Amino acid sequence: MKILVCISHVPDTTSKINFTEGDSKFDTNGVQFVINPNDEFGLTRAMWFKEKQGASVDIINVGGPETEPTLRKALAIGADTAIRINTIPTDGFQVAKELAKVAGEGNYDLIICGRESIDYNGGMVPGLLAGMLKANFINTCIGLEVEGVKATAIREIDGGKETLTASLPLVIGGQKGIVEESDLKIPNMRGIMQARKKPLNVVEPSGAEAATKAVKFEKPAPKGDVKLIDPENLDQLIDLLHNEAKVI
Amino acid sequence: MEAKTDKEILRGGQFLVKETNCEDIFTPEDFNEEQKMMRDSVQEFVDREIIPHKERFEKKDYALTEEIMQKAGELGFLGVAVPEEYDGLGMGFVSTMLVCDYISGATGSIATAFGAHTGIGTMPITLYGTEEQKKKYVPKLATGEWFGAYCLTEPGAGSDANSGKTKAILSEDGKHYSISGQKMWISNAGFANVFIVFARIEDDKNITGFIVENDKENGISFGEEEKKLGIHSSSTRQVFFSETKVPVENMLAGRGEGFKIAMNALNVGRIKLAAACLDAQRRVTANAVQYANERVQFKTPIAQFGAIKQKLAEMATSAYVGESASYRAAKNIEDRINIRLESGNSHSEAELKGVEEYAIECSILKVACSEDIQNCSDEGIQVFGGMGFSADTPMEAAWRDARISRIYEGTNEINRMLSVGMLVKKAMKGHVDLLGPAQSVANELTSIPSFDKPDYSELFAEEKEMIKKLKKVFLMVAGSAVQKFGPQLEEHQQLLLAASDILIEVYMAESAILRTEKNAKRFGEDSQKEQIAMSQLYLYNAVETINAKAKEGIISFAEGDELRMMLMGLKRFTKYDNFPNVVKLRTQIADKLIAENKYCF
Repeated sequence: MKILVCISHVPDTTSKINFTEGDSKFDTNGVQFVINPNDEFGLTRAMWFKEKQGASVDIINVGGPETEPTLRKALAIGADTAIRINTIPTDGFQVAKELAKVAGEGNYDLIICGRESIDYNGGMVPGLLAGMLKANFINTCIGLEVEGVKATAIREIDGGKETLTASLPLVIGGQKGIVEESDLKIPNMRGIMQARKKPLNVVEPSGAEAATKAVKFEKPAPKGDVKLIDPENLDQLIDLLHNEAKVI
Repeated sequence: MEAKTDKEILRGGQFLVKETNCEDIFTPEDFNEEQKMMRDSVQEFVDREIIPHKERFEKKDYALTEEIMQKAGELGFLGVAVPEEYDGLGMGFVSTMLVCDYISGATGSIATAFGAHTGIGTMPITLYGTEEQKKKYVPKLATGEWFGAYCLTEPGAGSDANSGKTKAILSEDGKHYSISGQKMWISNAGFANVFIVFARIEDDKNITGFIVENDKENGISFGEEEKKLGIHSSSTRQVFFSETKVPVENMLAGRGEGFKIAMNALNVGRIKLAAACLDAQRRVTANAVQYANERVQFKTPIAQFGAIKQKLAEMATSAYVGESASYRAAKNIEDRINIRLESGNSHSEAELKGVEEYAIECSILKVACSEDIQNCSDEGIQVFGGMGFSADTPMEAAWRDARISRIYEGTNEINRMLSVGMLVKKAMKGHVDLLGPAQSVANELTSIPSFDKPDYSELFAEEKEMIKKLKKVFLMVAGSAVQKFGPQLEEHQQLLLAASDILIEVYMAESAILRTEKNAKRFGEDSQKEQIAMSQLYLYNAVETINAKAKEGIISFAEGDELRMMLMGLKRFTKYDNFPNVVKLRTQIADKLIAENKYCF
C-alpha cells in the first residue's frame, strides 16, 4: 500500500497570535511551528500501516523552505520520503490543486489529511483533494483499517459513531481518535539521524491560483476587568447586565 | 562541520591569558537542525513522560525511574555518546551535552539516574574497556537493556577517593579476583545490572577498576534505600561485596589504573552535571514567571513589583550565562576530540584527552551551574511565597533536588580547589603561559596607570576591557600566592577557594558576553537587547564578587607596601568608567520574561 500523508506546518497552540500588514497577514515572528496535530494523528496511523502491513509512507507539504524542519520531524518519526511543493500556501483551493497534481502522479492508494489545520481551520483541502483526484473520501475519521483494497473507517457523528467501508484509492480527513495522543511518536535519536539521509524532494508549483484572498483578521476583543457588585445591590447588577453587558 | 585546527582553539585554562573572538565560540544558537530536533524530542519526552508523574517522583517511586530510563533507552537517549559499533549513535560532545541538559530539567531523580548510567556507569567501559569488554557490555548499556552503576565511594573514602578499603584478591589459579568491601551512595544500585567497582589489590598505591555483574548468588547484597533530602526516586543504596568472584578479564584498564579512571570519568561527569542544571533553571524560571503573572496582591500581579522583577531577572540571567559557558566548553572539547581523531588517536584516547584538556573548565562549570540552580530554585520558592514552601508547587522539589549537585561529582569545594590547582600545574608544565602574563601584571602594578579616555562606543567595548582587567586580578592574586607559597599553596585552602571564585566568574561572564556579541553581530543588536542586559548584569555581579574575593585573598598573605599596592591594583582592575544601571537592566530583562510569560532566551 502506498500512503501519502499531507502535513501542514502550523503555529504551536501556545503561540501568541499577532497580525501585520494592516491585519491581513499572520505575524510569524517568534512563533514556533509544529506538525498540524490532526495530521500528526494521521501520520502516526500511517506508521502503524508501515510497521504492520509494510506500507510505504510519503509526506507532502505546500510551503517555503521554512517548513522543512517540520518535514524532517515527520521523516524522523518514520516517513520514507518528503515532498515539498515550493510555494506559499494562500487558500484551500490553491493547496488542494497543488497537492492533487503531485498526488495524482504518485498513484497513492491512501491519502491521509488532517480534518483541518489548526491555523486557519479551513477544513477544505481533504474534500477538494478527493474531488480533484476522483477518489473516495471519508472525513472526520476516528478509526481506520485497510484490508486489500477495502478500507473500513469510523466517523464521529453527532451523538455517536458511524462505520463506513470504501474502496481504495481513498482520501481521509483524520483527527484524534484515529490514534490516541498517547500513541503519538517522539522521534527517536536514530530516526533523527536517519532523517538527514532521507530524500526531501522540492517540487516547483504548478501555479495554481487561489480562489479567495484574506483581507483582514481580527482577534477577539480583550476581556474587560471583572466588576464586583455587592450582593445587597441587585438593582445595580441588573442594570449593568442589561445596559452595559447587554446580556439580559 | 570541519574541525578547527589546533592553533585556533584554546587550550584548557588558556582563556585566562588569551583573548577569544566571539566568532570562535559555539553558542546554543549554533545548534544545527538535527540538534534542534534532538532537543525538541527530549523536551517532548520530558513533557509527556516525566512532568505528568512529578508527584510519583516525590514519593520514592523507584520503579518509575527504571521505567522512564527504559523508555529513554528505547528512544536512543542513553546511547548518544556511545560509538556506533557498540549500538550507540556516536554523536559529538555537544549533542551528548544537549540531551543531558534537556532530559534533566524536570526532576533530579531522572537527572541523577541518567547521569549515573550514561556517564559514570557506561563511559568507563567505553573509554577504558578492552574490545571484548566493550562488545559484551556497552551495547546492552547503550540501549537500556541493562543499567550501570558506579561504585567508588565508601564510608571512609569520599572526597579522598583513593583511600578506599575494598579489597580485590587474586585467586590461586589466577582466574578471578575476589572482591570484598562496602560501597555507599551508589546511584541506580536498586536496578543496576553492572557495577563499575573500584578496589585495591594487595597494598597498591592506587585502586583498580573492575566490571562486576549484579548477581545475588555472587556475594552482592544491598542496604535499604537511603532516606534523602531530594532526588527521592533516584535509587541510592549501599552495595556490599562479600568475596564476589570477578573474572580477571573483567579488570578495567590495568592494575592500579582505577584512580585515573575514576578521576577522568569525573571530568566528563562534571561538565555533564553542569548541563544537567541548565534546563532545571529554565523550567524553574518559567514557572516563577507564570506564577508571578497570575498571583495578584495589592490588586496587582506580583510580577509588576520591582522586588519580584529583580528575582526573575537574576534567575533568567544565571540560566543564560550557564548555558553560554557550558556549550562554549562543550564545543571546545568536541573540537579537541576531532583533532585527536584526525591525528590518529583511537576514539577512547581522543575522548579522554579531549575532555582532560578542559578539566579546569569542567570544574568551573560544575561549581557555577550547581550553585546557580540552587539560587534559582531558592528564589523560585520566594516568588511563590508561602506556596513555594508547599510540596504542591514545583519549587520545593526543585530546591531539594538541586542540593545534591553541589555535593556529587566532587564537592564544590574540591572542584574549586582543583580548578586553581590544575591551572597552576599547567603553568608549571608550560602548557599555559601564566607566568609571563602574571609578571607583566606585577610590572603594571608599579607603573603609572594610563589616563587616556578609551573609546567605549562599540557594543561591549567596556565590558570586554573589564574582562581583561578581571583576568589581571586573578593573575595578580594567584601569581603572588604561587610565588609566596610555592608547592605549599595547596595547604592554603581558603585562599584557593577565593582564587577559584575569581576564575569562575571570569569564565562565566566572558562566555555570556562572547555569546551575546556573536549573536548581536549576526542577528542584529535589536534582537539581543535583553541578552545584552543579562551579560552586563552578570558582569556587574561578577566584578562585585571578584572584588570581595580578591581582597580577602590578598589580605590573607600580603603585608605593608605589597598589600597596599595590590589593593590599589585591585581597585584599578575592577573600576568601571561607566557604571551599568543594574536596576534598569534587571527591569528590562524581567519585563521581557513577563511579557513572554516563559523563559524566552
